[in-house]
Amino acid sequence: MVNEVKNLKQFSKSAEKFEGAHLLCPGCAHGMIIREVLNVVDGPLVLGNSTGCVEVSTAVYPYTSWDVPWIHIGFENGSTAVAGVEAMYRALAKKGKYNGQRPKFVAFGGDGSTYDIGFQWISGCFERGHDMTYICLDNEVYANTGGQRSSSTPIGASTSTTPAGKVSYGKKERKKDILFVMAAHGSPYVAQVAPNKWKDMNKKIKQAIETEGPTFINAMSACTTEWKFDSNQTVEVSDLAVDSLVFPLFEIINGVEVRITYRPKNIIPVRDYLGAQGRFKHLFKPENEYILEQFQKNVNDRWEYLQRREEAKV
Amino acid sequence: MPNVMELQEVEVWDGNMAASHALRQAQIDVVAAYPITPSTPIVQNYGSFVSNGYIDGEFVLVESEHAAMSGCVGAAAAGGRVATATSSQGFALMIEVLYQASGMRLPIVLNLVNRALASPLNIHGDHSDMYLGRDAGWINLNTCNPQEAYDFNLMAFRIAEDMAVRIPTIVNQDGFLCSHTAQNVRPLSDEVAYNFIGDYQSKNPLLDFDKPATYGAQAEEDWHFEHKAQLHNTLMHSDIAIQKVFDEFFDLTARRYNIVETYDTKDAEVVIFALGTTVESARVAAKNVRELGIKAGVVTIRVFRPFPYVKLGEILKDFKAVAIMDKSLPAGAMGALFNEVAASLYQVQDSKHPVLSNYIYGLGERDLTQVDLVKIYQELDANAKAAKLTHPTQQFIGLRGPKLSFC
Repeated sequence: MVNEVKNLKQFSKSAEKFEGAHLLCPGCAHGMIIREVLNVVDGPLVLGNSTGCVEVSTAVYPYTSWDVPWIHIGFENGSTAVAGVEAMYRALAKKGKYNGQRPKFVAFGGDGSTYDIGFQWISGCFERGHDMTYICLDNEVYANTGGQRSSSTPIGASTSTTPAGKVSYGKKERKKDILFVMAAHGSPYVAQVAPNKWKDMNKKIKQAIETEGPTFINAMSACTTEWKFDSNQTVEVSDLAVDSLVFPLFEIINGVEVRITYRPKNIIPVRDYLGAQGRFKHLFKPENEYILEQFQKNVNDRWEYLQRREEAKV
Repeated sequence: MPNVMELQEVEVWDGNMAASHALRQAQIDVVAAYPITPSTPIVQNYGSFVSNGYIDGEFVLVESEHAAMSGCVGAAAAGGRVATATSSQGFALMIEVLYQASGMRLPIVLNLVNRALASPLNIHGDHSDMYLGRDAGWINLNTCNPQEAYDFNLMAFRIAEDMAVRIPTIVNQDGFLCSHTAQNVRPLSDEVAYNFIGDYQSKNPLLDFDKPATYGAQAEEDWHFEHKAQLHNTLMHSDIAIQKVFDEFFDLTARRYNIVETYDTKDAEVVIFALGTTVESARVAAKNVRELGIKAGVVTIRVFRPFPYVKLGEILKDFKAVAIMDKSLPAGAMGALFNEVAASLYQVQDSKHPVLSNYIYGLGERDLTQVDLVKIYQELDANAKAAKLTHPTQQFIGLRGPKLSFC
């Protein structure tokens, strides 16, 4: 039912359910994450997708990149679409009208669909306990509409609606802590993953999909276009994100038990990560230096908080 | 199998209860719903049927009407029978997904218990919500009383699930005046009702893993127009399937429904054209004004979408004066129904059109009395005799303050 992908060679060969012929930008991490999800599931799988980069790049009539059942309704309701499919599966199975293997139900959304416009729908699905996995492809920006801020965008990022200017250093607010918000729903499994740490990602996606009930994965998805780095640098930038602890990798079991799954051997300064991307370029001007310090402090505090939660097992 | 409910030959049901029983008898696979006045009892009754083992399917109690229709779309795409109910603001919240449901050609049945739209907030019945959703690509059926709310719900599944149609369908009933008004209803037995509706076999379900389907694709300038045109074409021709279902229902129950229905129009010179419970009130008024020497009749349509332009035009063309009753605020135009009826007369070649007038009434369920209706017939009579309008085209009925009239 659920595969374990043991090496990159196997990973590269086993993506026939998501065709290479899609319109995602070169270097987009979304494609890597989607392939990973599809590789993990061996049996019947239904995918839902909210409106966003993935949807507009993979299902432009009369073509489709999906060789699995796939549905898109709108920007906000990818989760509920999948919940509807899952409810229908339960109804038909109960009535003896579906006799096949129990399918897996997965919904994809970007950070816009997840953190912002679609949040209510996801919350409703998790409260009702649908057997589904929601995966956020978190590129920290509304990339599909041209790079506007989302509530996942980090402090200091220059976006098209919070551009850095003469009197502004960019986005003023910190990133919404989606993982703890989702864990607070009592979900049996929520986790944060990054495609560069693909074994960790594979294991967590596997666990999320195998766990009964509503589970949540927040997948960091580096965006060459809006983060402004070269399209061959996706994995390198992702490495900087996890090794600087800007994007820590951890999981929360049953809404309470925090487990850190990756501890960098050498924690690198946050400025190394920020410096690799055009969206933070302006922070390196002397007058914005304090934002860099603030960013580092936020990351340190958050790491401390995660470790304490892990130690306390709550 | 769910428990069978033993029903009396005649049950005393309000419109909501009648709709709930029809949904129960249809043995829907998934209902995703969120309550709103005045459609709330449909959801509550359904919940009680679920709790007592009369329903086998899944009842998904979502967090909003938008989610209700989103869940319905997912469930319908997955491949089973799906329905929900709503009113007013809830319907407004659903509207985005209504277009997506019809675009994907998913045969969902929606009970729309008609109610006013805010602001000001008003929980009572008018037809504003129906007009808000009229271009969403759904079939729209209209009922006058609880018996019809029941009958049309049974028929709605047949219409929506017809493989030549596959268009989601709304059954409209008037808030409170139908939904909360208990009357005698003659139900079918569970078995007869289910046999009439029949089993549903969906086309290209998501749960067919041997043939993966992509639902809700993007189609830009290359294909969007073709998709929309196909939906429109099928909708415009769905009247054939609709009348066929009406006919089969007549064979089963001896209850006759037609796409356009007339009352006492054989020798009529003036008629009122209306939808919903107003039709019954107008019939009473027509009968009464005939004693005053006014040759009065009533015309209604059972199918608001597709709008029966040709049939209606043919029926209306020979009258001398027609009042078109809009139970919604057109906000900057003639009444929505007025415009459509006027357009239908332009479908009739070389006819002398009747004098048309537009009455806006019943907003927020302001009473429309027999006195009002008699006055309308008298105005129509004057128009007929003068062969022209003797008053402004558009008038408001029952509005306090200075008389407002336009055009």
